[in-house]
Amino acid sequence: MLIALLLLPVLTGLCMLFFGKALLCRVALPVMALAHTLLSALVALSVYQGNAPRALFGILAPDPLGVLFLMLASLLFLAVSVYAISYLREEERIGLHTNILDHGQFTNQPERRFTAFLCFFLASMSLVTMTPHMGVQWVSIEATTLSSAPLIYFHRHKSSLEATWKYLIICSVGIALALLGNILLSVAFYGEPVGESDFDQLSFFLSHADKAEATWLKAAFVFLLVGYGAKMGLAPLHNWLPDAHSQAPSLVSALLSGALLNCALLGILRGHQIMLAAGLGDISSQMLIFFGFFSLATAAIFIVGQGHYKRMLAYSSVEHMGLLALGIGFGGIACQGAIFHAVCHSLTKCMLFLLSGNILARYHTYSSFDIRGMRWTMPFTGALWTAGFFAIAGSPPFGLFVSELLIAKGILASKAPWLAVPYLLLLAILFVALSVAVLRMVQGRRPIDMPKTTKEPLTSVLPPLILGLAVLVLGVFVPAPLWSFLSKAAQLIGG
Amino acid sequence: MSQPLLHALHFVLALLLSPLLFGIINRVKAKVAGRHGKPLLQTYFDLIKLLRKGCVRSDCTTPVFTLAPCIQISATVLALYFLPLGGVASPAGFAGDFLLVSYLLAAGRFVIMLAALDTGSSFEGMGASREATFSAFAEPVLFLAMIVLTSFYMDLGHSEAYAFSLGTLFGGQSALAWLNGKLELLFIPPVFFLLLLVENSRIPVDDPTTHLELTMIHEVMILDHSGPDLALILYASTVKLWFFASLIASLFIPPMQIWQESLLWLLLIFLLAVILGLLESSMARLRLHRVPALIGAAGMMAALALILSQMR
Amino acid sequence: MLFDSCLFLLLVSNFLLLATPHIRQMTKYTALQGILLALLLLLFGHTILTVAVLLIKGILLPGLLWHTQKRLPPDSLICPRKLAAFDVVCGMAGLAFAIWLDDRLIVTQELFPPLFLSLGLTTLFCGFILIIGRIKAITHVIGYLVAENGIFLLGMPLMTKGTTWFELALLLDVFVAVFVMGIAINRISDSFASIDVARFRSLRD
Repeated sequence: MLIALLLLPVLTGLCMLFFGKALLCRVALPVMALAHTLLSALVALSVYQGNAPRALFGILAPDPLGVLFLMLASLLFLAVSVYAISYLREEERIGLHTNILDHGQFTNQPERRFTAFLCFFLASMSLVTMTPHMGVQWVSIEATTLSSAPLIYFHRHKSSLEATWKYLIICSVGIALALLGNILLSVAFYGEPVGESDFDQLSFFLSHADKAEATWLKAAFVFLLVGYGAKMGLAPLHNWLPDAHSQAPSLVSALLSGALLNCALLGILRGHQIMLAAGLGDISSQMLIFFGFFSLATAAIFIVGQGHYKRMLAYSSVEHMGLLALGIGFGGIACQGAIFHAVCHSLTKCMLFLLSGNILARYHTYSSFDIRGMRWTMPFTGALWTAGFFAIAGSPPFGLFVSELLIAKGILASKAPWLAVPYLLLLAILFVALSVAVLRMVQGRRPIDMPKTTKEPLTSVLPPLILGLAVLVLGVFVPAPLWSFLSKAAQLIGG
Repeated sequence: MSQPLLHALHFVLALLLSPLLFGIINRVKAKVAGRHGKPLLQTYFDLIKLLRKGCVRSDCTTPVFTLAPCIQISATVLALYFLPLGGVASPAGFAGDFLLVSYLLAAGRFVIMLAALDTGSSFEGMGASREATFSAFAEPVLFLAMIVLTSFYMDLGHSEAYAFSLGTLFGGQSALAWLNGKLELLFIPPVFFLLLLVENSRIPVDDPTTHLELTMIHEVMILDHSGPDLALILYASTVKLWFFASLIASLFIPPMQIWQESLLWLLLIFLLAVILGLLESSMARLRLHRVPALIGAAGMMAALALILSQMR
Repeated sequence: MLFDSCLFLLLVSNFLLLATPHIRQMTKYTALQGILLALLLLLFGHTILTVAVLLIKGILLPGLLWHTQKRLPPDSLICPRKLAAFDVVCGMAGLAFAIWLDDRLIVTQELFPPLFLSLGLTTLFCGFILIIGRIKAITHVIGYLVAENGIFLLGMPLMTKGTTWFELALLLDVFVAVFVMGIAINRISDSFASIDVARFRSLRD
């Protein structure tokens, strides 16, 4: 089952790459995504029941935390693959595009290559979430970088090339630092007897954590945090994130923001787990809190007055990654809140990015100042965009309100309750800044030069609608099995 | 044979053989270029010819101009005397003598620069200015390299009085050391080689055979010297070349039988002359503003060696 | 002796990389580093990895870079230097820092041979200096490779028979990374008519 989760996207991708027809690929993508989602649901079920599957000598052995992120990646991929049907059809229809930024002409990458790399991207993310071996995790996180770089460069123009290059270099170098972290981890545990054939490195580290050399362990965590933090978009190494998210096709941005950032977070969480087991949880928590606040503040600075709505969404991702780091750092109820937050953020952000793709296709501009009257020109997207904004800004009745409240509660219960003040203040600033931009886009008159049509393809609004409904439901009522699953995941990282 | 006597013998040998180095360099260059070339002993003939000639001195010069060649030759020869030659330490050596030696060389250079300025010719002033600039760059590098060697001998457990003398620094133990893992000392011979190029105005720093005053450094300073004065300057520059070649050679001579050491010493010095000849025929002069980069590279190497030897 | 010489040559190659402005030269030095790493692995007794490293880091990756450079105009292969010696001085500061750190850290059970830890760190620093200090896209790749070499060096004493598969996966990853970057460089040179990343100015806040 676990191997199938990897092989399915890889084989599909290879087939697409070598003998795919564009139309066939477009259909095969959602089918594969559906199969993948069902499989990962099965895995999640068996992990929930307590008999976690293992495969490949233990290289694949998911735990609740990993499965949670696996489910998220899988679900988002399903939504994106449905959205891709209309998106790719539209792209094919236009043929020769014009770059919005410098008005240069460009063509797209061959479509089968795009869909194939989407599949590889999914496969590498699945591997990240399923393995307990830190080395394999490193290799697969690097693989996510490499498989997603061609996706960002789908539109072959200068700006996307620039974004791709930044993404490649910053993430590769960051991840190289994480490799150094892994090596330091091995140094810290050097001398402990290790089974030659046992790949379950994580449980080995966790069970021997008290014998590890503290200095090396701390150094290892710093490098893991900085390395994977660059990939996750924690400030100050977040520079690639707004560029890549704004230049990538919207469905890729949705996957990057909703699924990939979580995968990088998982790498940090593994380090945090080991630090907790070694009794050094205070240090790693403090670092997480620091970077969390730093990211939150950075995001607040850049979102205020941000005219580029896709960049705005990207900075909002930086903000929410900061929130996650913060919640995990404070531990306890905040940690549960953070895990819940990760789920809700992924769903909401995916929805918003998909909608931004619709807006971009209709208005042909990145600037939120030039967009008026979305409620007249594209009623569905406009309504969902507004709802999505309320969700992402953390207002009731959406799931993010609950999770942010839980994090606030955790902060108040911690040793430094006064930190709740900057936390709430920053959230308020972000709320105002986001609402200004979003409401400006939705309200107002229909621009005169816009075509009269209000038709929107079903596959371009259905996935965001379903994602939005899911966040709404999570805000009103969390099913008990889901909540116990989340708490199980949170328990692993001190929740 | 006693140490002072051996050293004196080597010293006389050095003084006698030093003009031969120019001959070797020129011969190698000629061979590489496919010419027959001047005789090996041409420098001796030049010296004899110049000594037999009369001396023309400009009316506007002062005794500085007259005395400079004499002071320079004595300073250079004295500097050579302090150096361990052929593996034999100088009887005059003392702790810190490398300072004296480097300032003796500097004094020699200084008087020649004064003489050049004394003529009042703008060409010679330009040459003096260049010489001053490059030697100002080269001096710290020389000291840095010396410090590396000193710290190496201090690490070996020698006392300060012992480790600061040239007789120890170039006594040959470093030749064995890099075979035993002190690899950073391998940086030192290239540093000295680059210094040799700079201090002796060889290609790629300066072209001794150039005919264009604008591009000269050393040659342009001595345009107004003639006859015996010029002979002294020429001879001093051969001794100076021998001085630096001997510095480098001493780094490679391991402690052996005395006759083996002196033979190896001569062999290495002549080998160095051949290498110089090959180098000069294979590359052109650097542009002037690139010369500091060359000296900088030497300084970097010395600094690297110092970091490595000091900190581990 | 051979071991020490390898380490020493690696160190020298780092500084040569920092000192040269010619990208062709830099590519040769990375090849040299790959070969030296393979030699070190041989001395550690990892035969399979030796072959793999020699093949990938010694031949394939520099070959890939070389191939990429063939398509670029020759004058774009020289880095403009503002302050010639600055990189080297930075590298030396890195070396001094690494040696200082090496002295202060307690390493369990003589894990690292002398100079090994500081050399690995220095190589890492040099890689970063190349990435930060130069403005050509291709020097980013070379810097990444050098930094990766440094990390690889640090991981070398920890390698056992059981981790060979992981190292192979890592090498494959690095290979694919450089391959993708090579393609990206070709694209950059085609659409920007230069591989100067200082021209990347369209995306900023």
